[in-house]
Amino acid sequence: MRSIISITDLSPEELGALMATADDIIARPQEYAERMKHKKLATLFYEPSTRTRLSFEAAMYELGGQVIGFSEAASSSAAKGESVADTVRTISCYADIIAMRHPKEGAPMVAAMNASVPVINSGDGGHNHPTQTLADLYTIKREKGHLDGLNVGVCGDLKFGRTVHSLIEAMSRYDGVQFTMISPEELKVPSYVKQHLKNRQIPYTQTTDFVSALPQIDILYMTRVQRERFFNEDDYVRLKDSYVLTPQMLTGAKEDLIIMHPLPRVNEISVAIDRDPRACYFKQVLYGKYMRMALILMLLEEKR
Amino acid sequence: MNIDAIKNGIVIDHIKAGGGMSIYNFLNLGVLDCSVALIKNAQSTKLGKKDVIKVDRLLDIDFHALGFIDPNITINVIRDGVRVEKYHPDLPQRITNILKCKNPRCITTTEQELPHIFVLTDEENHEYRCVYCESKAPGL
Repeated sequence: MRSIISITDLSPEELGALMATADDIIARPQEYAERMKHKKLATLFYEPSTRTRLSFEAAMYELGGQVIGFSEAASSSAAKGESVADTVRTISCYADIIAMRHPKEGAPMVAAMNASVPVINSGDGGHNHPTQTLADLYTIKREKGHLDGLNVGVCGDLKFGRTVHSLIEAMSRYDGVQFTMISPEELKVPSYVKQHLKNRQIPYTQTTDFVSALPQIDILYMTRVQRERFFNEDDYVRLKDSYVLTPQMLTGAKEDLIIMHPLPRVNEISVAIDRDPRACYFKQVLYGKYMRMALILMLLEEKR
Repeated sequence: MNIDAIKNGIVIDHIKAGGGMSIYNFLNLGVLDCSVALIKNAQSTKLGKKDVIKVDRLLDIDFHALGFIDPNITINVIRDGVRVEKYHPDLPQRITNILKCKNPRCITTTEQELPHIFVLTDEENHEYRCVYCESKAPGL
């Protein structure tokens, strides 16, 4: 039995296998419609989420399984002070697999240490969000046809943006990848992410100048400045609209650029971009569901 | 008290001058009822000045954790008046309940019973990170 806490818990070979399974699910959905029959997924969401929780639930239903869980800490025993360890020991008696989102960093690891069923980290504070990264990698693979040799531009909140950290970690394992990091000074990537790139001799540039950086980029990964990550409201207000992608800004961008976003979007991508064929963020949502299906299959069939 | 005077005990030598008290406190030597000497600013041909701790009792302690505080120190184990062991503690791969994670978003801030575990992530720079949230370890 294994849990997935970080994207690094999956080898590049396993990532390839998950993508192959997702391709097969898309091609032959009927073959998978009952694969998780009589299995239950528990979605333990200690903070609000639309996409991730519903994506997991849709994934389990499409595999023929069932879903139990809660969608906010207030409606769980956490409100009474129950520890994560005790909660997952209890839930392990009811469900075959757990998907957990928690505002505290490391909570899913604590869950995995105490659960007797697989745990999938579905986002822990500003730390990791591996299934979003699965969605991101699969989107790149489907839309570009390959994962190597790409200039990956990440823009916005690179400090607290867990999806960015996981994406950098995952993409840095493919040959010839480089990163362009666009952010305000206050929201630059943490030092450990840069150290990781330096250790692997992976080229990266950091800039505050979005427009100048855009023409070199193959993948543009936009992120939202998240209010819930700030202790100081003034800092949030000052930084929230640092970068807004508009159609004019795309004039110098590559024709085969793909624009991604983990969603929800607030202001950082103009809605006019949605009509641009380079916009891939809603496809990303769909690909995410297929990858979650593939991951649930892998973890539960491996366990069996 | 000098090293020859100890019959069964521990001498922690080559402590960086000024660091002796941290190690004394870290090992909680104040609670011992045997002779304990903390010598500050002793002359050292290697370091110029050094601190030395002598404990007149054999302690059942994993001294390798001291490598996190000062990897240059030397541990001497004395039995029956003879030095039977001498070693430098390596940087430990993992340290438990020595430091507390300072990241306010870390799960250890709300779940008080969790052990505070840090793992060595960069040996060259002596860098440790929290096993839960991957934040850099604070200094002692």
